[in-house]
Amino acid sequence: MAGIKSLDELKALRDKYKSSVEMRSSTDEENRVRIAVGMATCGIASGSRETINAIVDEVRAQGLNNVSVVQTGCLGYCYAEPVVEIRMPGKEPVLYGNVDSKRGREIVNKHIKNGEVITDLVIERSRC
Amino acid sequence: MGSYRMDVLVCGGTGCQASNSIDVIETMSKEIKAAGLEKEINLVTTGCFGFCEQGPIVKIQPDNVFYVKVTPESAAVIVKEHFVKGRVVKELLYEEPKTRKKLEEQSDMPFYKKQERIALRNCGLIDPENINEYIAVDGYQALGKALSEMTPEQVIDEVKRSGLRGRGGGGFPTGTKWELTRMSKADRRFIICNADEGDPGAFMDRSILEGDPHSVLEAMAIAGYAIGADSGYIYIRAEYPLAINRLKIAVKQAYDMGLLGKNILGTDFSFDIHLKYGAGAFVCGEETALINSIEGGRGEPTVKPPFPAEVGLWKMPTNINNVETFANVCPILLRGADWFASIGTEKSKGTKVFALAGKVNNVGLVEVPMGTTLREIIFDLGGGIKNNRKFKAVQTGGPSGGCITEENLNIPIDYDSLTEIGSMMGSGGMIVMDEDDCMVNIAKFYLEFTVDEACGRCTACRVGNKRLHEILTKITEGKGTEEDLERLKDLSQIIKDSSLCGLGQTAPNPVLSTMKYFWHEYLAHVNDKYCPAGVCKALLKYHIIPEKCKGCTLCTKVCPKGIISGKLKEAHVINKEECIACGACEQVCKFGAITRM
Repeated sequence: MAGIKSLDELKALRDKYKSSVEMRSSTDEENRVRIAVGMATCGIASGSRETINAIVDEVRAQGLNNVSVVQTGCLGYCYAEPVVEIRMPGKEPVLYGNVDSKRGREIVNKHIKNGEVITDLVIERSRC
Repeated sequence: MGSYRMDVLVCGGTGCQASNSIDVIETMSKEIKAAGLEKEINLVTTGCFGFCEQGPIVKIQPDNVFYVKVTPESAAVIVKEHFVKGRVVKELLYEEPKTRKKLEEQSDMPFYKKQERIALRNCGLIDPENINEYIAVDGYQALGKALSEMTPEQVIDEVKRSGLRGRGGGGFPTGTKWELTRMSKADRRFIICNADEGDPGAFMDRSILEGDPHSVLEAMAIAGYAIGADSGYIYIRAEYPLAINRLKIAVKQAYDMGLLGKNILGTDFSFDIHLKYGAGAFVCGEETALINSIEGGRGEPTVKPPFPAEVGLWKMPTNINNVETFANVCPILLRGADWFASIGTEKSKGTKVFALAGKVNNVGLVEVPMGTTLREIIFDLGGGIKNNRKFKAVQTGGPSGGCITEENLNIPIDYDSLTEIGSMMGSGGMIVMDEDDCMVNIAKFYLEFTVDEACGRCTACRVGNKRLHEILTKITEGKGTEEDLERLKDLSQIIKDSSLCGLGQTAPNPVLSTMKYFWHEYLAHVNDKYCPAGVCKALLKYHIIPEKCKGCTLCTKVCPKGIISGKLKEAHVINKEECIACGACEQVCKFGAITRM
């Protein structure tokens, strides 16, 4: 690898690699957005692995660095898998159903980035 | 680099490797591939997490789950359950001994709660063999800042204002040391990193070099810039193969990236780093002996002054700092002297890493702010004494330090408070002792070490410490007299006053401090020929309490000398003349009828 010739080059390199270690920090946990994807047997069977990978990819692509994407178990909405739960600091959790990878990316862009809840994907908790 | 959705951090430090973490990593890597997850899960071998007692450690992010004592078999379970299905494997979580609750997150564990990690900031966080990860966590930014935005004087001033003091034992202000070296007139100057960690039980320097080698290289280059040196040496003991290996990789990567060598970051500053292996002699941790060893001479100290800051390596001004000291430098430059000075006590700033060992539940490395009490370290972080025994003393500062008893446990510890109570900070070794430890024997143990490690150059240390050891041996064998105790005191003082270097000057400290706090134990040994802790075999005799003995005859069957006599269902007797104090009878007695006396 060619040498780094200036502090600016070093800073650019840091910004390039930063995302690779970003999720390791567990500080400021309470202020992070948490996206949990249902990955029990029902979720996996309905394609939640593609969903979680698409969400992770989109989060990185949009440079969102206060977001944790984690797996979770069965939430009981097997009919609506893949299920994705969004927890934003200080707000009620929102539950989305039937999230394929395309809708996963849409959730990142609309809900996480801009704060718009995509109402037609939301599972009403009271209905169950 | 794809976009991994999960980072799996497995400890690859010496401690966890000894408990098989290499196999854990291999199994995990195989299982991840088998599950087809290799593009989603990033398996990283990191440095030491510090919680060596519970190793091997595996931490999962962003889930923030901390697994302990992971075996290759349970590693496979983690992959199948946690990585595939998102279910935390409860059996592998750390169990809080007091509440018996399983704790998922590292920050909830008492061992980590009071810690503040500056020197160990990247240990357990990044892959030490990958310079890109170090760069990602602001690596080499402090060097960049120093070279492009600060003059050498400003760098020195920043370190001075931070209040950083030498972490290797002496506690000399680091910034002042840099300034003195810079002010010495000479054609060349040198930087040395002292990685000759020798105190029994201390392993923080090893862990830093294994877990975050670049932080030391970067700080050495900064020091080089500050004092006007163009090359530095890391003097590391050959007994640290893993640390040496990681250092070699780090040095090569730094050269390849142009972060060491000629014209660093496009500036006029050039800096080279060489590794120099020590053969493991304790005395080579002493500055002047270390310099002699690098030059190819015998590892013997010379008289100070002149100090290395004036006349050091190849007769040139040389700045020597310890590994942990260097590990604190980059955060000081990046976050500022005021931030660093806000942590700790009035005269000791920042944090200190301690190696907890001995009769304590949580053996491992902890980094706490200066001013934390010993009680917090031993009972909160350390989880108290093993097997619910009673605390007796803690030895700080290794063979150069002294013991501290119950009454001083609440003192906020820093360089000065420890010296005041007759011990010292040293490099941060902390050996906890319980009621089963004989203090005369402990003093003898440390003397054995210093006698073994003395270089032989000066008479006071070479002969004096040998005599101290002989007198202590005599006492533990029950042949000591009260005159011997006086002789111990006098001789200790003479050795302290007349030895050439720190090794000899401090070698009698364990004797003096155990005599100060446990005088009654010394007296019991010489007057009553009795060892209160029941450790000194020659003074140990076993006795059967007739009222408690049921005459079950079990003890007669295990006695190797066949000297316990008595009839069935009647009280037995031990022939004390012939007893070799092996303790076999005490272990088998079901009625607690056999005692030491």
